[in-house]
Amino acid sequence: MKDNNVSSSTLASSRRSFLGELFSGNENPFAVSDEVVQETKEKVQLLSVEGYVIEIDKAYLKPVPDMSVPLTVDGRKGIEGRKFVMVIDLSRCKNLKKCQSACNKMHFLGEGQNWIKVHAMKDAEHTAPYWQPTTCLHCDEPPCVKVCPVDATFKRSDGIVLIDNERCIGCRFCMAACPYSTRVFNWEKPVLPTAVENSAYSPETSCPPKIGTVSKCDFCPDMVRKGELPHCVSACPNGVFFFGDINEDAVTNGVETFQFHELIRDRAGFRLMEDLGTKPSVYYLPPVNRMFRFEEGLQESENSPVTKEESDS
Amino acid sequence: MIQEKLYEDLLPRKFGRPGKIWVTVLVAICVVAAIAYYRQLKYGLSVTAMRDYMSWGIYISNFVFFVAISLVGSLISAILQLTQVRWSTPLTRIAEMIAVSAIIFAALIIIVDMGRPDRFMNVLIYGRIQSPILWDVIVITTYLALGLLFLYIALLPDLAIIIRQKGKVEAWVYRIAKILGSFWKGTPEQWKLQKSSIKILTLTIIPVALAIHTVTSWLFALTYRAGWDSTNFGAYFVSGAFLVGAAAVVVAMYVFRKFYSLQDYITDAHFNNMGKLVVMLALLYLYFNLNEYMVPAFKMKKPEEQHLRALFTGDFAPLFWIVIIMGMIVPIIVMLFPAGRKPLPMFLTGILIVVGAWLKRFLIVMPTLLHPFLPMSNVPDSYQHYFPTWEEWAITAGSLSGALLLVTLFARIFPIIPIEETIKERRKEELASLNQEYNELDETKQIIKPTPHQAYK
Repeated sequence: MKDNNVSSSTLASSRRSFLGELFSGNENPFAVSDEVVQETKEKVQLLSVEGYVIEIDKAYLKPVPDMSVPLTVDGRKGIEGRKFVMVIDLSRCKNLKKCQSACNKMHFLGEGQNWIKVHAMKDAEHTAPYWQPTTCLHCDEPPCVKVCPVDATFKRSDGIVLIDNERCIGCRFCMAACPYSTRVFNWEKPVLPTAVENSAYSPETSCPPKIGTVSKCDFCPDMVRKGELPHCVSACPNGVFFFGDINEDAVTNGVETFQFHELIRDRAGFRLMEDLGTKPSVYYLPPVNRMFRFEEGLQESENSPVTKEESDS
Repeated sequence: MIQEKLYEDLLPRKFGRPGKIWVTVLVAICVVAAIAYYRQLKYGLSVTAMRDYMSWGIYISNFVFFVAISLVGSLISAILQLTQVRWSTPLTRIAEMIAVSAIIFAALIIIVDMGRPDRFMNVLIYGRIQSPILWDVIVITTYLALGLLFLYIALLPDLAIIIRQKGKVEAWVYRIAKILGSFWKGTPEQWKLQKSSIKILTLTIIPVALAIHTVTSWLFALTYRAGWDSTNFGAYFVSGAFLVGAAAVVVAMYVFRKFYSLQDYITDAHFNNMGKLVVMLALLYLYFNLNEYMVPAFKMKKPEEQHLRALFTGDFAPLFWIVIIMGMIVPIIVMLFPAGRKPLPMFLTGILIVVGAWLKRFLIVMPTLLHPFLPMSNVPDSYQHYFPTWEEWAITAGSLSGALLLVTLFARIFPIIPIEETIKERRKEELASLNQEYNELDETKQIIKPTPHQAYK
């Protein structure tokens, strides 16, 4: 670990490897420039691609420019050079559903709609139960994309599977095809704030949702463009969700950052229903050395709003 | 004259009192369906009981039913004709009418099921050939086109008869016949063309018919879900389709025979033969059912287990066993006996098969969707069950009524039994008996016999 502290003079060459770049857009805001930086003497620690913790002067950090969200045509192209990945740590989930409520709020989901579900899993009689959140798994062989008759749902170069709600004909074949049941349908006209309703549709925000079309977890590429984490990741108080880029080999839950391959290797990461050949982009860490007992989550589900809704309808 | 009697019996006729009541009831059901569909257009698919897990409902199972029933067109008018089965000739038009009406309503019900019917054109604008839905669109439109052509080309000589027998039909029927068929003069060239066209259609309609139902089965079989993930599905669907189609023809034969007094044309022998055919098809379908349920049930893989238990002993068990017993086993037993192949028992078991077939499609679609791989979590209770709303029932009933209405109106305008064909068949029969007489003479008196052709001409 002799290179743990890298002097600021060697920074130019390793700028490209900043974690911050993970969340930038098409243009690299960290590109070498002739600009003279006034150092502040305040140091910040970052993780390099090679896995070293590096320390740089805060002055070298620049805010990622706020890039506009692409609409239906450009929204089909992925963010260049990226391959997004998520790791969900089952040892930390206690069914709080903060991920779900943040996601629902930010995507204006209606009653009964949840892009993120937290399943109470128990594989067999004598195996231990655990809580398993599911997002869209953004499969590399997405069954939903295969069956879509109009190319309304598509796979981007950055690995994200999105939906063009202005093209979707509402046949719901993708819902039948998805083995993870992650897709939800707008059975009725979504109730939206006027500003959202009148905005132009972007597959990256999945907003505004439209009646008679399918929607699902979109991995929040709009947040990525702003240099922020998806809503579920930042909403989870237990750091269950790690988001990152497999090309950068780094994932973070906002507090901790890991090298993706090390995390998967050391914690025996796996994917759901590997035998189906769907090749998901979401990995799971097994529920060992847990932070919570399973039963603690049961109380949470009693307090959750969904159970209350179950009585009416 | 034999011909005069045929015209008298077979030319289109006015509806009697039962006919009028029948049409009124069908139209009334269609009106209710239209109101329900208006509500669905206004409020979206939320007026149905479908929700995220039960994302397909009776619209889809009804669609499968329609596609299934439409296969009978190819069975009766192509497969039987190609294999030189002559007794089915009077039934070809009934079969073709049912096929065309069913396939039209299959297409309509799919549009009803769409969340955004206003974007239907997207299927043509952005259609991607990798999607089985596109395959279905292609084969269904092809089958409809072939069916219509088949119906029309075979109808031409009969249109000529209607035109010739001007006084015997109403003016508007005459006018329709005139518009559709006045170019038909019955010249040798036209006959030759007509014959070869029908031959080509007969040959092409068989693979297309197999394709429509195989592709429809693939809408399910190409997914991962328990109960659908089966390599048996294409054959299973096609065999079931032939069964329900044949049963529908039996029911139609009985009704037309009764209300149009066609005892001389649709005879007990026809019922007898159809009965034997239905038994064979029911046995075949039972065999595919055995494959479909026994093979996974022997292994009881975890996802299959939930699904199969629901069918065998769970929520869907009453329906499942009713369909197997009433829709397959009872008809086989009844029709194995000559007494069971008389018109009335055939009609009643035919209805059992058709109703069973409709319920069977329900059982193919719903239980699978209610048994996903991951548990149904974080959804309202109503998402975990399915019982169709009145709008869904009304629209489904409306589509069935609409198909029946089409068949009924067709029979009002055109001859249900092909007249020209029947005349020919009758002449052939005469000829055959004449021939037989000669043969008998031949044996006893050793006279020189003319060839049948010479005898006739």
